[in-house]
Amino acid sequence: MNLNPMEQFAVKPIFGMDKPLLQIAGHPIYFTNQAVLMVIVAVVSSLFLTLAVKPNRLVPTRGQSMAEMSYEFVAGMIHSATGEDGLKFFPFVFTLFIFVLCCNFFGMVPGSFTVTSQIAVTFALAALVIGLVIVTGFMKHGIGFLKLFVPHAPWYLLILLIPIEVISFLTRPISLSVRLFANMLAGHTMLAVFGGFVVALGSAGGILSVLSVAPMLLIVAIMLLELLVAFLQAYVFAILTCIYLNEALHLHDHH
Amino acid sequence: MDLKSAQMIGAGLACIALVGAGIGIGNVFGSYLSGALRNPGAAATQTTNLLLGFALCEATGLFGLVIALLILFAF
Repeated sequence: MNLNPMEQFAVKPIFGMDKPLLQIAGHPIYFTNQAVLMVIVAVVSSLFLTLAVKPNRLVPTRGQSMAEMSYEFVAGMIHSATGEDGLKFFPFVFTLFIFVLCCNFFGMVPGSFTVTSQIAVTFALAALVIGLVIVTGFMKHGIGFLKLFVPHAPWYLLILLIPIEVISFLTRPISLSVRLFANMLAGHTMLAVFGGFVVALGSAGGILSVLSVAPMLLIVAIMLLELLVAFLQAYVFAILTCIYLNEALHLHDHH
Repeated sequence: MDLKSAQMIGAGLACIALVGAGIGIGNVFGSYLSGALRNPGAAATQTTNLLLGFALCEATGLFGLVIALLILFAF
């Protein structure tokens, strides 16, 4: 039996929608399984976060508590990383955090599709973040934003440091997107590989079939680890966004 | 050596990146624990930095995975 652990990441048109929706410059645009998952994530998360706090109870239910805690969590994160004037970016960072978090968690459902395991999606998000950082920096400081690349150092060190700062700034969208993408890809590939062990051992017959319980139990443990990683990566994505925004807002001085 | 077997060897070699990631993650958590046991009062304030350091470290190992995937599927 030949199980391909990479098969789960294939983007394909959903069942019954084999014809392209529209053509843009000769490229067919399909409604894919990835698009379906993104629509589900967007609808479910926005419905939950609005409906849970709609009644505005004084004593919150579990749902309302979850929604309120997520608001406070993100607000505290932005406040600690960027200070008071970073809070005007709350809607952006909160949307980003919830979207990545829900994509990661919906991807953990067996048989579904992990949107964040596609480099196209994560790079689009990272490019959005860096674009916002650049626009914010130039709007706040004008041309003085370029001082971001000039650290406090003697001039002979600056010859070395300025290229390093520029390169480190330019690699940020790559590292930000690849971190999320590779984490999700690695975790789901590992789950699929261990799933393949279960199938191969189970179909071997005899004592080997009994042994297939071992990788099965391991999958449960890895699943728990992956749930932690799913949250952690969303958190890291959001906090790095905050840190980059902080640099754009305050350059090198601490808030 | 044909291209296929060279690809396999290269992808395996790319996994050496995990050595650095393992040392790094161990270092992050080890330093956090030793600091937290000396000064438990300050431990809670540093969890953000802990998770950030962990994620930045782990990412370097995963870049190795990306290189392995590039070797396997991009050529």
